This record gives sequence, structure tokens and C-alpha cells, in this order.
Amino acid sequence: MARAVASRRSFLGHSYNLVGVVASLVILAWTLVAIFAPYIIPHPIGDIVDDDYFGPMRQGLWLGSDYLGRDMLSRVLMGARYTVGISLAAVSIACFSGVVLGMLAAVTGGWFDTCLSRFLDAMNSIPSKLFGLVVVAAVGSSIPVLILTLAVIYIPGAYRFARALAVNINTMDFMTVARVRGESTAYLIGSEILPNIIRPVLADFGLRFVFIVLLLSGLSFLGLGLQPPLADWGALVRENIGGLPFAAPAVVVPSLAIASLTISVNLLIDNLPQKIRDRDT
Amino acid sequence: MKSGVLNLVVKRLGIAVVTLLIVLFAVFFATSMLPGDTASILLGQAATPEAVAGLREAMHLNDPAILRFLRWLFGLLHGDLGTSYANDMPVAALIGGRLVNTMKLAGVTTLISVPLALTLGIYAAMLRGSLYDRAVTVLSIGVISVPEFMVATLAVLLFAVYLKWLPALSSVNEAHSLTDLVRIYAMPVITLTFVISAQMIRMTRAAVIETLSTPYVEMALLKGASRSRMVLRHALPNALGPIVNAVALSLSYLVGGVIIVETIFNYPGIAKLMVDAVATRDLPLIQSCAMIFCLGYLLLITAADIVAIMSNPRLR
Repeated sequence: MARAVASRRSFLGHSYNLVGVVASLVILAWTLVAIFAPYIIPHPIGDIVDDDYFGPMRQGLWLGSDYLGRDMLSRVLMGARYTVGISLAAVSIACFSGVVLGMLAAVTGGWFDTCLSRFLDAMNSIPSKLFGLVVVAAVGSSIPVLILTLAVIYIPGAYRFARALAVNINTMDFMTVARVRGESTAYLIGSEILPNIIRPVLADFGLRFVFIVLLLSGLSFLGLGLQPPLADWGALVRENIGGLPFAAPAVVVPSLAIASLTISVNLLIDNLPQKIRDRDT
Repeated sequence: MKSGVLNLVVKRLGIAVVTLLIVLFAVFFATSMLPGDTASILLGQAATPEAVAGLREAMHLNDPAILRFLRWLFGLLHGDLGTSYANDMPVAALIGGRLVNTMKLAGVTTLISVPLALTLGIYAAMLRGSLYDRAVTVLSIGVISVPEFMVATLAVLLFAVYLKWLPALSSVNEAHSLTDLVRIYAMPVITLTFVISAQMIRMTRAAVIETLSTPYVEMALLKGASRSRMVLRHALPNALGPIVNAVALSLSYLVGGVIIVETIFNYPGIAKLMVDAVATRDLPLIQSCAMIFCLGYLLLITAADIVAIMSNPRLR
């Protein structure tokens, strides 16, 4: 892929290529925006600053105005907070629970492993958007509910991935030695297995982050995610969809924001040094 | 070892049935967690407590949840999907025509995307590392990395706004001629085809590349077989299992894609019906739609697994 054309450079002992560096910079930029958004937005997000709606890009309103004449740049910058923040919280919960359960299942084995695997496989066969729809119908869509729902949807995937890796490590001699030494399960998981699977697990974390950003945006786009006045990037596309026939920047820009984030994460993972990306087995 | 395969397939089907039960159970309970009392919502604010109590009795809302679940399941087995809360019509009647519309959309998309994706994917694997391969790979990563609604909005911008070839909205009822029909289906089908094909191309390419790296393909190369003969005669028959598996798995993405596409293009299918039902909190309708989607999804991933089992020569 792009690896062939990009120049390689050495940094901190690993060699990175140009695509990977650019991708990390984009991710870093969105992270900073998410943290500092309230201090850098040019206009308050609720203020109507343009007489016209779906205004074009121009000086002062760099990304045009939305369907009510509010500043799009400020709304996109604030939207980063919700999209990045909620997704990051959800993916952290999903990966932490999934990986811990996966390692536990691999080390314990027996009926615990069988039951958990069966149950989580069943959870995995509910299409993710559908799961989101049903939960939103049932308990509404406040931020904590959204985070938990997104996390629960992606726990089975994280579990499956971590368990597959941990099962291989579990057959190694050093595991037998540790068991014979009489180490506790917590020690086996934390000190013997985790260090051996941490790198592919981190790459998986990134992929799952992308899935969650896409699902959150999809739900918000359907009007079932974040509710007004809060707006993440998916909700911004939804509320401005009326501008589509005029090709208003208000529809295009939030979509591009989502794409820049998700494509960057995917490219970063694709361009990680082979050593980190691949399963260590 | 024919019976070994049979055993595995039967076992996989058994797992699918158990999974379906768990999924139905989850859907039922998620929807019955809805805050507020169904009977008082139905009767409105002016209802007397006696009337609410009477309706609760009549709708069996006082029974334990497990009993209601079993009754609902029993109804399902007899084709009784319940009655919609919002407009008092039988759910089956509401769903019927909508389901046909969605199946048409999914069917047309499958017919277009499968041959397209297989051709592009297999060529990309054959010409691995070439400019063509890189272009296809980058494009499919791009499509996979963005939300479905973005593919849809870009398609509208390109075909309806700039080129003015197609209308942005579909309405199946206004179709009078074949050209009308094509124009109506075009936007939703183009969007879905992009989403599904991107998945399928990636999986097909990976499956063929894996087969191309096996020793017997290298043997074919060394004995002087031409490139196309090597791929078509030696690699493809063995990659067929993984490819069919990839096709079935990719088609399961239709379930998520259809929800977005029907909403954005206002297409009168079952996904649009469900999204509207969520907005009005129409439980029996949500339950039935969710069940249909889960069933379709489960069928596809089970089919993918069974193909994978059957195509594994070590089990045959």
C-alpha cells in the first residue's frame, strides 16, 4: 500500500513512515481540540451570527453557518468533544472489560470459559445498530447510557480477540511454571499474559475506537444519539441535512471531520511497525 | 469423515437456534424496560385509574415478565406479531409490504455488489502491489472508515446535486415506468453497493492472497503455468470456501447499512418503519422489526460459518 511510497524515518527506536506520522498528527490535533474546545471557539455555539442560513465559507465564518445561522466552525470544534470523548470512554470500558474477561476465560478454562464465550457470541450476533436502536427506545439516550451501550456492544469483540491471544500464551512453559509456583489468577493475568498480548490489544483498541465513532455518528444521525442542544458530529450532519441540495459546507464539514479521524486511526494502525501490529504468537 | 462435517454443521445450527432464543429474550427485555406504564400511555392523561387497571388486566401486563415472554414467543410461532400501539393495526400487516421493499433493495444490491466486488477483489489479489491494487485498497479502506450516511450524502452531492442525473429522494409509489424505477432505486442501491463492496473486496483480496502464498501455487508457478491459469485453475477452487464466507459476512453489513440508507433516502422499507417506531416508542412494532433483522443477520453469519466448515478439506 502507501507503505511502499512513503519515506521511512527512525524515531524512538521504531521506524515510522510518513503516512503514520501524518495520521498521528491528525489524531493529536483532534484530541487537543476536544480538550480545549471551549477556549478556542470563535463564537458561542448557540449564538446566531449570520443573517442567512446555510451560509458559505467566508472570512469570520470560516466553515459557513448552519441551518439557523450559527457558526459552523465553533459547532464542529465543540462536536469533537462529544464524538471523541464519548467514543474514548466507551472504547476504554469495552476493551478493559473484554480483555480482562478474555484473559480470565483463557486462564480459567472449563465451564466459565464455555458459558462466557457462548453468551458473548450470542451478544455478538445482534447487529450493532439494531442493539443501539432497541436500547435507545428502552432507556433513552443520555450520555452515560450512550457510553454504556456502545461499550456493551463492543465487549464481545474485544473479548474474543483477547481470548484468542491469551489461549496461545496460556500453553507456554512459563505459564506452567508460574502455575506450579502457586501464583494467583490475578498474577497470571496481570504479569504473565498481559505483557505478552498488550501490543496487538492496543492495535485492536484503535480499530474498536473507529467502530464506536462510526456507530455513535450513525445513531446520532438517526436522531437517536446525542440530543439537542448537545451535538456531536453525527448530529451536526443530521440537523443540517436540509442543506444538502445546496451543497452547504454545514453538511459536508462534520462528515469530513468524522472521516479525517477514523481514516487517520485506520492508517496509523496499518502503518504501525510490523512488530506492534501483528499478533505476537 | 463425511459424518464429521455433518456433526459440525448440525452443532453450528443448534448454536444458531440457541443464539436466536437469547437474542429474542434480550430484545423482549430491553423493550419492556421502557419507563412509564404502557396502559396509561395508551389511554392518555384523562383515563381513570379503573380504566388503566382494566386495560392492564386485559393486556396481561400484570403477569410476570417470563410469562409474557413465553406468550409473545408462542404468538410468534403462530405468525401473530401483536398489534401496533401507535395505530392499532396488526404488526404483520404493517410489516408485510415494507419487508418486500427492503428485500428488493437488499436483493438488487446483492446482485450488483457480489460480481463487482469479486472481480475487483480477485484482480487486486492477482496484481498485488500494482497501482491498481493500491488504488482499490485505499478506496475500500476509505469507504470502510467513514459512516454510511457520509457515503450516502456524497452520492447525493455527486449524482443529484452536481450531475443532476438522479432524484435525491425515493418514493416507490410514484414509479410508473421502468426508467422511473431505476431512478428511484439508483441512489439507495449505489450507496449500499459502495458499503458492501468495500467490505467484500477486502475480504476476497485477503482470501485469494492467502491461497496464492501456499506451496502448491508456488509449484504451479515453478512448473511454468501462466498467471491466469495459476489463479483460475489452482488458487480459486481452493479459495472458494473463504470467498463465499467473505460474501456472506459482507452481506450481513446490509443490516446496518439498510437502516441508514432507508432513513436518509426516505425509502419505505422495514428499517425506516423501525426507526419511526423507536421515535413513537411502539413496542410490538420495534420487537418484530428487531426480530426480523436479527434473524436475517443470524442466517447470514451462520451460513458463512457453515460454508467455512464445509470448505475445510481437513474435515471432509
